[in-house]
Amino acid sequence: MALADRVKVGNVRAVSRMITLLENQDPAGAAILRLLGSGSHRAAVIGITGYPGAGKSTVVAQLVAAYRRLGMKVGVLAVDVSSPVTGGALLGDRIRMQEHTLDPNVYIRSMATRGHHGGLAHATSDAALVLAAAGYDVILIETIGVGQDEVDILDVAQTVVAVVAPGLGDEIQAMKAGLLEVAHIVVLNKGDYPGAEMALRDLGEWCPLVLRTVATKGEGVPELVAAIAEHQQVTVFLAQGQSRSRHMEKRIGS
Amino acid sequence: MTVAATPLRVLIGKVGLDGHDRGVKLIARALRDAGMEVIYTGLHQTPEQVASTAIQEDVDAIGLSILSGAHNTLFRRVLELLKEQQAEDIVVFGGGIIPDEDVPTLKAAGVRALFRPGVPMNEIVDFVKGLRS
Repeated sequence: MALADRVKVGNVRAVSRMITLLENQDPAGAAILRLLGSGSHRAAVIGITGYPGAGKSTVVAQLVAAYRRLGMKVGVLAVDVSSPVTGGALLGDRIRMQEHTLDPNVYIRSMATRGHHGGLAHATSDAALVLAAAGYDVILIETIGVGQDEVDILDVAQTVVAVVAPGLGDEIQAMKAGLLEVAHIVVLNKGDYPGAEMALRDLGEWCPLVLRTVATKGEGVPELVAAIAEHQQVTVFLAQGQSRSRHMEKRIGS
Repeated sequence: MTVAATPLRVLIGKVGLDGHDRGVKLIARALRDAGMEVIYTGLHQTPEQVASTAIQEDVDAIGLSILSGAHNTLFRRVLELLKEQQAEDIVVFGGGIIPDEDVPTLKAAGVRALFRPGVPMNEIVDFVKGLRS
């Protein structure tokens, strides 16, 4: 069976190979992607971004568990940074997601940025299309630990969650343009740490929706799942003609 | 700056009941510094988790550190699972406290290389680099 067909029936090895072709910018990858095009419509693509060490991977692991309880098939694309010097990378996000490794309805792929700026790898958005074609209902994209300006995720995900932690700045940080401005939902993780109350107050002044989580304990996760669902409903299902991300429009047309 | 267009992808981790991860972290870091993409799984992996992760990550090789004495069982199980999943093209290598008499049998079972205490780091790096040829 051709690779495209094996991807469409959800063969894990084929999905993995396909993502590698895209990562390596192999011309075969682009050709096969076109074959997959239609049928890539239904997946909810959710971006998890935020500062390094804020708990993005732990939040992602909790979301995977929540969506699995709802019976959904979940794909995760976890992006980490490539060395600008050697090109090498240490990809460690899946350490926080180990409970899902053996679940046949969860696919987790680590991606290195390979010199791409913006918080994602160049192939991340196409990899999301592959997962959608392979039948994954929810695709969680974890960006690298970002500063303020790496907001490529906006083009790829329908809903963007920014994860921050207490102690990273005052109210003025919360007012600045960039990451917190563009996120649909801001999550203050490590909500049991000192300074959480003040951070919540500062963020709440300037960001439309701020939730508190303690992801290691699952606290606040149901509220986050509900907030994401609400955002998906509002933007994806009610807004006619905007049921696909900008990237999908660009890649597969209408 | 020389960045390979397609870096080697290598899974590095520890299997079984063995919490000694100083060495395996050094290896992971050395391979990273040699320009590879290292998927580090951390401690206490089961062979099933290793095989499943290797396939999802589409790695070229799996490097396992085993200091617990359970190497004969664990390496074989990983090889078996890869074969079951038609992924026997993924190279398996390892390191740890492995007695002389076990080396030939493990290699015959399909473990490509075994690095034991005292091996210089560059020997391991060169081995993995040599997989792409």
